[in-house]
Amino acid sequence: MKIVDALLDMNILATSELAARYRADFPILNLKVSDKPLVYLDNAASSQMPQAVIDRLVRYQTSQHANIHRAVHYLSEVATQEYETARRTLQHFINAREDREIIFTSGTTDAINLVMHGYGRKFIKSGDEIILTNLEHHSNIVPWQMLAEEKGAIIRVVPINDAGELLVDEYEKLFNPRTRFVAITHVSNALGTINPIKNMIAFAHKHGVPVLIDGAQAAAHIKIDVQELDCDFYAFSGHKLCGPTGIGLLYGKAKLLEAMQPFKGGGDMIASVTFEKTTYNTIPYKFEAGTPPIAAAIGFGAAIDYLSGIGLDAIAAYEHELLNYATEQIAAIPGVHIIGNTPTKVAVLSFTIDGIHPHDVGTLLNQEGIAVRTGHHCAQPIMQRFKIPATSRASFSFYNTKAEIDTLIAAIHSVQKVFS
Amino acid sequence: MNLKSIYQEVILDHNRKPRNYGTLDNANHHAVGHNPLCGDRIDLALHMEGELIDRIAFHGESCAICKASASMMTANVKGKSRTEAETLIKEFREMVIGNLDLSRPHHLGRLAVFAGVRDLPTRVKCAILPWHTLQAALNSVASISTETADDPIQAATSNG
Repeated sequence: MKIVDALLDMNILATSELAARYRADFPILNLKVSDKPLVYLDNAASSQMPQAVIDRLVRYQTSQHANIHRAVHYLSEVATQEYETARRTLQHFINAREDREIIFTSGTTDAINLVMHGYGRKFIKSGDEIILTNLEHHSNIVPWQMLAEEKGAIIRVVPINDAGELLVDEYEKLFNPRTRFVAITHVSNALGTINPIKNMIAFAHKHGVPVLIDGAQAAAHIKIDVQELDCDFYAFSGHKLCGPTGIGLLYGKAKLLEAMQPFKGGGDMIASVTFEKTTYNTIPYKFEAGTPPIAAAIGFGAAIDYLSGIGLDAIAAYEHELLNYATEQIAAIPGVHIIGNTPTKVAVLSFTIDGIHPHDVGTLLNQEGIAVRTGHHCAQPIMQRFKIPATSRASFSFYNTKAEIDTLIAAIHSVQKVFS
Repeated sequence: MNLKSIYQEVILDHNRKPRNYGTLDNANHHAVGHNPLCGDRIDLALHMEGELIDRIAFHGESCAICKASASMMTANVKGKSRTEAETLIKEFREMVIGNLDLSRPHHLGRLAVFAGVRDLPTRVKCAILPWHTLQAALNSVASISTETADDPIQAATSNG
């Protein structure tokens, strides 16, 4: 263990040293935008990639690439081994019981669609009910609506309060003998709310109902233990955890995955094929038809190794410090309103400014080199709930600094000046 | 804020004090323009005397670029013929997508202040929405959206 890690563990170094230590690992953070140093505060949309992961992709592509699970030659064996190592890295990262419970997908959206097709289309029937929440991203709404339309099933929605918290009592009231599935986000992408999923999962299980957790916004910020949560499915994307785009994972309990029908047909997902009958491969391969994004999967593994090297608890503590710092300052600006005020949230700040549309805010902040997301964040039901068209969203990562938050605050003041 | 900014004083002024803002009695042409991606909504009403736009008004919720564009548009097309308005619609559209050479003769006048939008691909739809709404109103189409296949501007922006 390096001395600095030991000091961090002993809380001798302030957690604010975190960004100072790791920021240099991210070459893109040296960019200038609009002639100003880039202040990247759009981490909830996609995080940046450290040199270690970039190097891993280069090493794979320059010395390890071939197709996997196919040939007997050297490169195919190396590539297969590295791909399966990445699977085990992810297994350990979320504490899954077995590596075959980890399915590589193209991302969270793909993972949710896999469950919709593989589980939903097989087991959900006309008149059955699916519970979603008001905090879902469109990717955890639309697939279920498609299923409901196809099967004649019914969508029930858990409401939220003004702080952006789920009303758990209302959730419990939604259960009835026709409830067949629950799909909930772990963390709201638009507001940052961390949902009490452990209790919600336990409640669903009392009614024999399986639960899918959309972990896209959680996995980079909260230590995930799927066995402790006892969720049936958990999904997230590599690019929000410092990894490449085009790769994500679906965790599923082995017995559920085995009972499910395949999502996509093709090579690698079969045991045998004749024109009369095809026998499917075992999990996880049953759900990994075709040549997967091998480099991206290996890069995903490298990103998890990188984050694990820092430690999710240290990351969470530092990001919380950033969130408190930013919240305090933004809340103090007259005419600025934070949307989503639960104390239980990740480092996401959604806000509106009186009299100024978020898109104007975003364009003006960009002129100061600041990247934030503006719009409805693919979560229009949340915007409807708060009766706003859109928000500006600053989302922080462990490589952000308090100085960057100061830059944001100063820029918000100058946006207000432009419009005064 | 720098000089290249789209937020020039004339745009900020029209945003602060939009011209022809409100509703119109006895309108005989009307259309609503909507950009579902950002929630911009422009409600446009015209009173046409034959081929002449003799009165025009708009209201709605939108960003500053959209509101200023609507305000300056109404000020420019009021008292103009349908043909003149359609020339402006065409030139404005060409300008904000970067296809108009402003050094050559055109009819846009102060509307050229929106030329900078061509460098902000995500904001082109904001500037152009009022103009498409005007085209719809002239054609007696009740509503348009920036996100439907028949919208003439599908700028390189998308959203979830």
